[in-house]
Order: sequence, then C-alpha cells, then structure tokens
Amino acid sequence: MRFPYNTSYRDAQKLLRYRADWLAYGLLAAVLIAAPWILPRYYVGEATYIFIMCVASLGLMVVTGFTGQISFGHAAFVAIGAYTHTLLLTAGVPFIVSIILAGVFTGLIGLLVGLPAIRVSGLHLAMVTMAFAIIVEQIVGRWKSVTGGFTGIPVPPPRIFGFDLGAQKPFYFLCLAVLLAVLAALVNLLRGHAGRAFVGVRDSEAAALSLGIWIAGYKVLAFSISAGITGIAGALFAHHVQFVTPEGFSLLLSLELVIMVMIGGLGSLRGAVFGAVFISLLPTAISAMKPFLPDRVAGQFGLETFVFGLVLALFILFEPMGLNGRWLKLKSLFSAFPLYRKDTFRRGKTYMKSERYR
Amino acid sequence: MSYLAVEHLGLQFGGLTAIRGLSFTVEQGEVFAIIGPNGAGKTSVFNVITRVFEPSAGRVTLRDREITAIPRHRIAEAGIARTFQNIELFESATVIDNLLLGRHRFSHGNPLAQALRLPSACRAEDHSRGKVEEIIDLLDISPYRNSPVAGLPYGVRKVVEIARALATEPELLLLDEPASGLNPEETRDLAFWIDDIKNDLGITIVMVEHDMSLVAEVADRVLCMNMGGVLALGSPEEVRAHPDVVAAYLGV
Ligand SMILES: Nc1ncnc2c1ncn2[C@@H]1O[C@H](COP(=O)(O)OP(=O)(O)OP(=O)(O)O)[C@@H](O)[C@H]1O
Ligand SMILES: [Mg+2]
Repeated sequence: MRFPYNTSYRDAQKLLRYRADWLAYGLLAAVLIAAPWILPRYYVGEATYIFIMCVASLGLMVVTGFTGQISFGHAAFVAIGAYTHTLLLTAGVPFIVSIILAGVFTGLIGLLVGLPAIRVSGLHLAMVTMAFAIIVEQIVGRWKSVTGGFTGIPVPPPRIFGFDLGAQKPFYFLCLAVLLAVLAALVNLLRGHAGRAFVGVRDSEAAALSLGIWIAGYKVLAFSISAGITGIAGALFAHHVQFVTPEGFSLLLSLELVIMVMIGGLGSLRGAVFGAVFISLLPTAISAMKPFLPDRVAGQFGLETFVFGLVLALFILFEPMGLNGRWLKLKSLFSAFPLYRKDTFRRGKTYMKSERYR
Repeated sequence: MSYLAVEHLGLQFGGLTAIRGLSFTVEQGEVFAIIGPNGAGKTSVFNVITRVFEPSAGRVTLRDREITAIPRHRIAEAGIARTFQNIELFESATVIDNLLLGRHRFSHGNPLAQALRLPSACRAEDHSRGKVEEIIDLLDISPYRNSPVAGLPYGVRKVVEIARALATEPELLLLDEPASGLNPEETRDLAFWIDDIKNDLGITIVMVEHDMSLVAEVADRVLCMNMGGVLALGSPEEVRAHPDVVAAYLGV
C-alpha cells in the first residue's frame, strides 16, 4: 500500500514517482534497446510493426477512448499519411519535414471529415467514418497518375542527415523514437486542460456545456489530432511495407485498430499500447499454434478474423476495462497483498440519470 | 435595474406549456429560493437561464445584459454556474479533475503548449490547481480529492457538483435541489456553506428546493411556482403561510 504524499502541485504531476516505477520502466527501456540484437530477424521486423501499430492505436484512442466517438475509418488516415509521406519523399522533401507534413496534412483532412461527422454519434458516426474509408480506398485505387493505382508506388528509404535508416535495426529505433515522442506528447496533452475537456465531453455533455466547454470544437479537435497521429503512423507504415498499395489500408485495418483500443481499455494510453501489442502478436501466435490444431480448424479460411472477433467478444463480456483494467487489478493485488479486497474494482451503485438535457 | 430579471418568460414543449408569463427579479447578493410542486417548471427556469432551452417568449437579463442572446457554452463566461437535479458529474474522472474542468473557461495555453509542457502551460495548471484547492478546503472534500467520482457516496457527489460550479468563479449560482437525497447532517452543512458562499464569496444564489426548513433558514426571498407561473413571492414565512401555496401543496 502506498499513499501519495505531495509537497507541491508539481509532485502530483510527476509521471515516475517511485523508485519501483523508475526500475520497471528502466528495465523495459533496457529490453527495448537490447531487443534488436537478441531477437531473431523476423521478430525485430515484427516489433517494428508493433511500434507502428501502437502509434496508430494511440491516435484512435484519442478520439474513441477520450471523447467517446467511435471511428471505423482510421485505415483511411493511415493511407493518407502513407501516400502523402511517400509522395513528398519522392519529390525530394527531407524525411523529418515530410513525416511532420504528412501528420499535419492528415490532421487537416481529419478536421474536414470531423466537421460534418461530429454532428452524429454512435452507430451513425461509425457508418459515416466507414463510408469515408471506403471512399478514400477507392480514390487511392483509381487516381493512377498520383498514387499508381493498384500497382502502387515504391517508398524511398528514410534518410536523416544523409544517414540511411532503412535497414532493420535503424528503422526499429526510428519507429521506437517516433512512438515515444507521440506517447510523450499525448500523455502531456491528455492529463492537462485539453484532455480533461475531452473526457468532459464524453462523460456529460450537459455539464460540459454549462462549464463553458465548446463541445463541437473539442470533438473536432480530438478528431483532427487523432487523424494527424494516425497519419504519422501511416508514414512509418509506408517504410515498413516499402511499396504502398491500396490493399494495405482495407476495412480490416480499421477494424483491427478499433479492436486494439477496445480490448486495450478505452480511455487509457497504456491500454492503446497493450491492445496494439496484443492484436499485432495474435496472427503470429495463431500461426505458431496451427501445427497443434486439428487440420480442419487450422486450414480454415478466415481463422484469424474469427479469433479477432472471439477475443473482442470475450473482453467485452468479461473485462470491459480491457487489458489496462487487468493490469491495474494485478498491480493493486501485488501492492495490497495479502489484504486485497475481492470487490475493490466493483463499481459502486450507479445513480440513475433519467433526464438528459441535450 | 434589477440584478437578474426574468421578464414575461414563456416556454413550450410541443403542446405542453412548461412556463407561462413568468416574471421575477433577483437582487445581487441575496439567496433566492424557488419552490413548487413537481412539474411546476422550476428546473425549466434554470434551463432557460443557462440556455439549454430556447424560450418561446420573454427574456432574461443579468446586469441588464440579455442572457437569452448568448450561446450555451458562453454561459459560464457570463458568470453563471449551475448544478443539476440529477447529478451531472464527469463519472470516470477524479474529484480534482472534475473541479479543474470547472476552471475550463480560464486560459491554459494552446494544445501544442500543453503537449510540450511549456512553462506557460505548467504555470496555468498550477494556478488552477491552487484555486481548486481553496474550494476543496471551503467545502471540506479533501479526503476525496483523488477518488474517481463514480464510487463516491451520494451526499459527497452533491457537494462535488457545487464545488465544480464554484470553480468557474461565478457571480450567480443556480442550485437545483441541492438538499435532495442528503441526510439531516449533510443538509445542515449545506446550510452553512450556502451562507459562506453568499457572505464570503459574495455570490448571488438562486436555488430550487423542496426542503422548507432549509429554505426558511437560508433564503432571503422565496418564489412559489405552480403550472409554470408565479403563485406567491415574498419572505419564507409569508410564502409558507400563503393560502394558495398551502392549497397547491395539499392538492386542493
Ligand atoms: N425536455 C423536455 N421535454 C418535454 N417536456 C419537458 C422537458 N423538460 C421538462 N418538461 C415538462 O415541463 C414541465 C416542467 O418541468 P420541470 O422539470 O421544469 O419541473 P420541476 O418544477 O423542476 O419539477 P420537479 O420538482 O419534479 O423537478 C413538466 O411538465 C415536464 O414534464
Ligand atoms: Mg426539477
């Protein structure tokens, strides 16, 4: 058991407050730095891909987890980021400028889509965003002069100050660095003024409006930030696949991102990371398990999609707080041991909200 | 001119008239109570003042400024804060974050400055935190500072909602049934706090309340509404003794 003891407001804002935190995150950092030399080649590529998915899922988490707007169209933002970055690089724009511009441009597209989209919510918003993704996929497929159509276009290698970072190990660290930068920016943004407003918009629109929170504005802001970050993930994704084609950004990718944030735990950045790691590793885990499954199951077409669906259903039924919720429970179990109360995380009585002033 | 003036207000929901020709004024620095049977239109008056509902007739002015012309999310800026009959807190956030959300209208720097934690954004955050701590002290909720609202007892949630309204630094505070669901002890604390808010903070209070002993204790004047209009207006004793009020409450 630990009781926080603050001597200044800044104390309460520290991210790593205790020696145990420093130790745990230090260990994690050491593992991540050593990984490219320890892991087999295939898994280094896999880890890089996980970092990219983490960035994308963090992007989606902003809008779905914090302001509570579901989006089934985030694959489109990955695509826009990937193509913008590729086209800029091909035109000779330096890598750092290009990836930032890709993020900004995707953010602007997010703003344009967000303006009409935030008028609807829930299922309707899911439909609108999905339609947007389908339109983008079609445009990318047909606008041959720019995107190369279904043949695709090659992605120039990432070069920073003349150094080629396209090889496996440098690219691993490049993606890790971008992930950390995005994570740091989001941690700061979401524990501050804007992040609180996002949560306010999600939890009670009536109260938010009465406190002067301009709901439409914050919803669009969240949508735009979310799109921008997803666009940055798209830029990295382009290097990962080295050849961008429309097939890489299908509805299945949107769906995967939604599953990541859902099973990770809505409203938590850690959850977005957990979800991305879990879902990205799932196909590998399934193919590793195939030899042990009966032939008729292992040979089934769409086995992966089925497992995705199953995992999502199980989480929604048994752990609505997601992987992050599991993590918090485990942590409090250890810190309170042996005095852990079984019902610690049971929700208290919730009070009826019969009237909603919309 | 009066501080807060409600003039010939009308509000309609389809065929149903919630408020009809309602006029009253509130003086600066007073505690003004609104009572009346269920469905009398008390909450609707608050909803018109805070721009949730568009009135079908009449207007509301605060210091001669027409409230009925400003958008709903600018009400806090105009100096008006409120609580809700069915608590509207941000359930997943902690008490401190709920109160900090109350300070939303004060600038905290742009989102980029927040993401980069520039000194200006940090200073604004610290300043808000300091202000919020003053309110936490005033309303005695420090034990719950870091608890998520969802798990708190009902009485505490009611106080947190008042605290959040105070965090907006209002000049006019609208309380919708602040004592409903509170036990006698909590109601007594509430009476003291209302006095403190009025005397120490100089905030004008309009409150809808069913608990007549609380109204008698804290209110300077009482308006009794019925069927969307004024039934009686005066000191607590006058209103309580008014024959129409007695009749309305007994349903005669
Ligand atoms: N959003 C709405 N849509 C339709 N009718 C409404 C709405 N809000 C209130 N009403 C109606 O307006 C009338 C006045 O409601 P109001 O909530 O103002 O009453 P009240 O005096 O606050 O009652 P109570 O003591 O039960 O809170 C009621 O007949 C109610 O049914
Ligand atoms: Mg009411």
